[in-house]
Amino acid sequence: MMKRLRHITEILVQSLFALSGSVTGLAILLIVVFLFKEGFGLFQNPDIEKGYALCLHISNPVERLQSKQVKAIFDSEITNWRDVGGRDEAIRLFRFDEIFSLYPEEALGEDYALLPQKLGEIIEQNPTIIAFLPERYLPTTNKAIKTLPAKSISPLDFFGGREWMPAATPAPQFGTLPLILGTLWVSIFAILIALPLGLGVAVYMSELAGERARKLLKPAIELLAGIPSVVYGFFGLTVIVPLLQETLHLPVGETALAGSLILAIMALPTIITLAEDAMRNTPQAMREASLALGATHWQTIYKVIIPYAASGISAAVVLGIGRAIGETMAVLMVTGNAAVIPRSLLEPVRTIPATIAAELGEAPMGGTHYQSLFLLGCILFIITMLVSISAEVISKKSHNKEI
Amino acid sequence: MKKKILTGILLIGALAGAQAQKIKGSDTMLPLSQQEAEHFMKANPSQTVIVTGGGSGVGISALIEGTTDIAQSSRKIKFDERQKLRESGKTVKEVIAAYDALAVIVNPANKVRRLTREQLEGIFTGKIKNWKELGGDDLAIIPYSRETSSGTYEFFKESVLKNKNYKNGIMSMPATGAIIQSISQTRGAIGYVGLAYLNKDVKTLPVSYDGGKNYIEPSIANAKNATYPIVRPLIYYYITQTEKNVKPFITYVLSDAGQKIVADLGFISL
Repeated sequence: MMKRLRHITEILVQSLFALSGSVTGLAILLIVVFLFKEGFGLFQNPDIEKGYALCLHISNPVERLQSKQVKAIFDSEITNWRDVGGRDEAIRLFRFDEIFSLYPEEALGEDYALLPQKLGEIIEQNPTIIAFLPERYLPTTNKAIKTLPAKSISPLDFFGGREWMPAATPAPQFGTLPLILGTLWVSIFAILIALPLGLGVAVYMSELAGERARKLLKPAIELLAGIPSVVYGFFGLTVIVPLLQETLHLPVGETALAGSLILAIMALPTIITLAEDAMRNTPQAMREASLALGATHWQTIYKVIIPYAASGISAAVVLGIGRAIGETMAVLMVTGNAAVIPRSLLEPVRTIPATIAAELGEAPMGGTHYQSLFLLGCILFIITMLVSISAEVISKKSHNKEI
Repeated sequence: MKKKILTGILLIGALAGAQAQKIKGSDTMLPLSQQEAEHFMKANPSQTVIVTGGGSGVGISALIEGTTDIAQSSRKIKFDERQKLRESGKTVKEVIAAYDALAVIVNPANKVRRLTREQLEGIFTGKIKNWKELGGDDLAIIPYSRETSSGTYEFFKESVLKNKNYKNGIMSMPATGAIIQSISQTRGAIGYVGLAYLNKDVKTLPVSYDGGKNYIEPSIANAKNATYPIVRPLIYYYITQTEKNVKPFITYVLSDAGQKIVADLGFISL
């Protein structure tokens, strides 16, 4: 009886574990599917604000405008139709809201019934106008008006564009190149700073330090991993940023370098802990063999221990990179978040995680801005997945070697 | 017995649900609404008011979806949003609770004393790049902006840039505190913050909206007598049909006690 009961409990516990495993797997799968579904919806959207259209006078020879041209026109950077293939005439801008300063709300009729007609009149009277109007109030019956055809956002513009202005009206710009490059730029330099430092500490802790020094250092480094990232960010903004600004005589202190330094500090615990574990796993027999052959302590370290621990060290490095790429808050606070393609370390940059964190709050749900942020999430996901896969491959390699 | 307890719990739950008013929206208004709610609840112990932030747009869309009773907004409701409300058969009421003035700030070491709106537009759209062009030192201008999620960002764009877009790659900071911190340590910096956040580490600039004839110092007094131009209303929106539930709170905010809280927080009372 007892035996059977125990058997049943065992089966129950096992199926419980299996269930929790499959639930986790399913959840991850669902998140990924959700992420990509939301993200790739972006390319079905028009490149000017959804639900709006651009209207011209029928006599205007311009048939098509690039999203960049639309933005330049509404920012008054292009002020003449000649520059976009039209006649030599000054462009008159008309934003929809201006109608309310021309007519009182009562003049527009019940439920804005007269609105399309009034808008039509305005366009009719101004042959050089470009009007940005909501689709539902388009003056469709008026023959003097034409709407520009809507194009959808192209993947080329998304991945290759150089301007990230998702809130620009009427033509938002979704160029992610500065963001992708910014993320990689900050992370690469972070790892270049953290790697020599981290490996040095790892070698010291596993090979050179006495028992007492190790006992003190190890918890201290683990404590470093426990500090919340906002605290790092705040430290960076109030200490590192002014320090960099003064010592290097920079116009701005919020730079890629500040971000890299903070990220390097944050990646250190991961690198040190993993690399140190890998080195300490070198069998005592191998160390003794090396020393018995007459090698010095230092020679043993770099000829025997480091090569033996190489795969573990590489895994440490890769996981450190992963930590750096995904870090959000600290970077958001110290890099200045200017979406420009980085040319040097001493300029501000904007990273993908910082962009998502800063902008998701206000992006209207389901809109193009919202979807573009999800697509940024997809890009980040792919980058970190590649990093994790390479970490996996590297640590697999170490298993093969041991056999 | 069991049934009694159950109905009791349900009743309490229903009562609490009916009593709790939710306010959601603008982060600028968050401290104001929180203080108002605290004092209001002290005066009316039977009432509960829950205040959350998230941004003006978040608040208004919650109002449309019916997940909040009052939306706090640091900008006027947009045409699209009003349209969505109309479609769902609701009409919205607007109550201005206070005013907030934005001050243009620079580093204290900056020699420039004043700016016109046109100059500010040039700076923030990236056409004016050096302080030398404005009578200052030969120093690059570094404009700081808020992130796109903030109502302050939108209002400044509307009022000062006349709806033009900020320059590509402007420095954008996640919070007002971070802007002040950065400007206090960067010599060529310029930015904008609410009057309530000003401190000694930064210098305010008088601005002119009439092409340089009159320069107005940002101050509560100048905002109150409507001479200072960069002033925006802080607004509560609620659905007309539920006016009865939210009226006590709104009345409290507009009362002398409520307006005293407005002034204490550095906003401009009505």
